[in-house]
Amino acid sequence: MALLTLSGIRVRYGRVEVLHGIDLRVDEGEIVTILGANGAGKSTTLLSISGLVRPFAGEMLFDGKPLLKVPSHEVVGLGIAQSPEGRRVFGAMTVLENLRLGAFCIRDAARSERTLEWIFDLFPRLLERKEQLAGTLSGGEQQMLAIGRALMAEPRLLLLDEPSLGLAPLLVRSIFETVRAINERGVTVLLVEQNARAALRLATRGYVLEVGRVVMEDRAEALLANASIREAYLGG
Amino acid sequence: MEQFLQQVLNGLAVGGIYALVALGYTMVYGVLKLINFAHGDLFTIGAYLGLTLLVSCNLSGLLPVPLAVLAVFIMVALLVALIGFLLERAAYRPLRHAGRLSAVVSALGASIFFQNAVMLLYGARVYVYPDFLRPDFTVHLFGMNVPGVRLLVIAASIMLMLGLWAFIQRTRIGAAIRAVAIDPGAAQLMGINVDRIISLVFLIGPGLGGAAGLMVGIYYGQIDFTMGWSYGLKAFTAAILGGIGNIPGAMLGGLLLGVIEALAAGYIAIAWKDAIAFLVLILILIIRPTGILGERTADKL
Repeated sequence: MALLTLSGIRVRYGRVEVLHGIDLRVDEGEIVTILGANGAGKSTTLLSISGLVRPFAGEMLFDGKPLLKVPSHEVVGLGIAQSPEGRRVFGAMTVLENLRLGAFCIRDAARSERTLEWIFDLFPRLLERKEQLAGTLSGGEQQMLAIGRALMAEPRLLLLDEPSLGLAPLLVRSIFETVRAINERGVTVLLVEQNARAALRLATRGYVLEVGRVVMEDRAEALLANASIREAYLGG
Repeated sequence: MEQFLQQVLNGLAVGGIYALVALGYTMVYGVLKLINFAHGDLFTIGAYLGLTLLVSCNLSGLLPVPLAVLAVFIMVALLVALIGFLLERAAYRPLRHAGRLSAVVSALGASIFFQNAVMLLYGARVYVYPDFLRPDFTVHLFGMNVPGVRLLVIAASIMLMLGLWAFIQRTRIGAAIRAVAIDPGAAQLMGINVDRIISLVFLIGPGLGGAAGLMVGIYYGQIDFTMGWSYGLKAFTAAILGGIGNIPGAMLGGLLLGVIEALAAGYIAIAWKDAIAFLVLILILIIRPTGILGERTADKL
């Protein structure tokens, strides 16, 4: 059952077209990864799903309903939360304030408290630092906060943009394990990554983007075994 | 010592007014990175609306004077808030995605429009708030006689500031305002309607500014259609002094500027008070270019 489908999504920044018709599908319960080099259009794809970037052509369905006409601040309420590129935590606010803002669209305060406990279980570091200003956290902790903040919206679909960027290898492994744990709780994940090997080990399926086009799509094991992928993204 | 304390209280009264106006500049700057040059004129409108409601509508004939003043205080804040809301819709929102310079020109245009509108409606003369509106009791404090109106002005501005502070720090909507000021895009990802937050800021800032205009009328007794320019400039200075975009900074900057001015007037010469106030601004900006509480660089100006 497709939770999210993109068909023929095209995006322009000014006069430069950066997405030339993206077709993509995410099924309920999956972890799908989007691979590609810098500038391939991975982040733009995620931003267009969250409505922060408006495609000029194409169609997008979430849970069978058209998504492109939905105002960007209402997308998260439908069940799509994003941990964006560069984390974008609110640096001058505390960890707890950041997390509570993640639940801005949730009316049920008691349920939010339970989600908050779950997030502190996933990331005990955030509990230790809940009164600290987010801007004073380390890169890894900010990444945990960005993911936790997105989870506070109780999404059905979690968009993760390069959660491993700039993190030490040990931390990358732990973040990816957490993503698996999140998925096991029933959250569908769309993961943008440059760390292709780790992403493909985690994912069920993958898409490869090159300069604004999907050039390959397959099951994750098949992509891991694919010779041209190995050469281009997995270091031979 | 007595002169010193008197001047400090004096400075806190006028500084509280600067701070209320400065909050409007700094909050709008926070969410839009725009200096709302028409803000000083909204303050003027508050002073005139207050006079009209008190005198022409004879509210003080219907209610006991303190109650009438309180009622007008609230009405003026609401009406000026509404004008601020409409100002953003008409003059700033259509230019949201145009260059920053377009919005600045629009702000200057709105300022000229408001100032001339007040002049044409009321005439270019000085208006006097009737004396009986002014609380005329004195309070005995630390061996001094302090005019009650001064203490009331200080108390009113401090209460408004504390209320705003609690709203911004303790409520969900207040957190949303702070989030939009930090990163509007990320705020949208949280499900925050950025347009609505901007509208809210254009209700709160002008509301406080309008209330400050009425306070000046009652405190000094005199208003004129250019008052928004001089008070606006001082309040803008106070916002920069505290760190533009920073809410506690605007409060601190306003109070500090008021006290510095009053001390300069008391110990040096009244004629020098503005020069000294701006000298202090220059000195602080040399030492701390981001203002006293500002964190980010001032390059956005």
